[in-house]
Amino acid sequence: METGKRYALAGLFGPGRPEMVGYVPHARVLGISAVEIGPAFAVCRLPYRDELIGDPGRKVVFGGAITTLVDHTSGLAVACALEELTSIATIDLRVDYLRAARPGVDLYARSECYRVTRNVAFVRAVAYEDSADDPFAGCLGTFMLGANRTDSSYERLIGGGRDA
Amino acid sequence: MNRILEAIPYARFIGVGVERVDGRLECVLPFRDEIVGNARLPAVHGGVLGAFLELTALMRLIDESGTDRVPKPITFSVDYLRSAGPTTTRARAEIFKLGRRIANVHVVAWQDDPAKPVVAGNGKFLL
Repeated sequence: METGKRYALAGLFGPGRPEMVGYVPHARVLGISAVEIGPAFAVCRLPYRDELIGDPGRKVVFGGAITTLVDHTSGLAVACALEELTSIATIDLRVDYLRAARPGVDLYARSECYRVTRNVAFVRAVAYEDSADDPFAGCLGTFMLGANRTDSSYERLIGGGRDA
Repeated sequence: MNRILEAIPYARFIGVGVERVDGRLECVLPFRDEIVGNARLPAVHGGVLGAFLELTALMRLIDESGTDRVPKPITFSVDYLRSAGPTTTRARAEIFKLGRRIANVHVVAWQDDPAKPVVAGNGKFLL
């Protein structure tokens, strides 16, 4: 990202806050929380729980639960890359399962929005237990900007839009 | 098949069921407030839909190959075609290639009209 770029959410960059997840019902059910956000990136955590297991033999969290974590983190990363907030909708998401996630521990995703055009935002992400340098999943996603008639749900984070 | 789903905690968590329609396996995701992603529309969470497709692909593979071992996903990609409203979502999987080690599976999910899919996915699994 070039320096001097304005970000709509710049005032919130830093440690994550509970309200960054609160308005997404399913993320709340999963207990996903924002760990940190910054210019065009976001890190979120998915707490381990037995209900998320996909392979009872190996006690590994179901891949689809990782999709949810990555989708959420990537949407937040896109919002963190925008100069002006708008609605964000996932166009596609690809997850590569590099290895099994370690059972019994919290999982993290770090997403980086590396390109924003007028209509589309491009994101790459990794999911890991301890370090983003040792990921168990790698992901690529594209997101449509201004895709639906709702405002950005992130607007309430900065006090209801640009008049605030 | 329902027994296998019952054995997968995550499938119970999002409430997926499996049915046989005209001899073909169909997975069913009933709508519940807990799976909403966008409360304003409202729409089912994209992650849940992705997970639902992946589960459907797995069920079809287990059904087809008769194995009790759960195939391991290598890669799974999801195309979001329409927002999925507050109603039941159904999905069917098609096995494009069942190799010795790798299977390639396509999955499509719809709500009221099978001709208007809400999400489609493609996964490669290690058998």
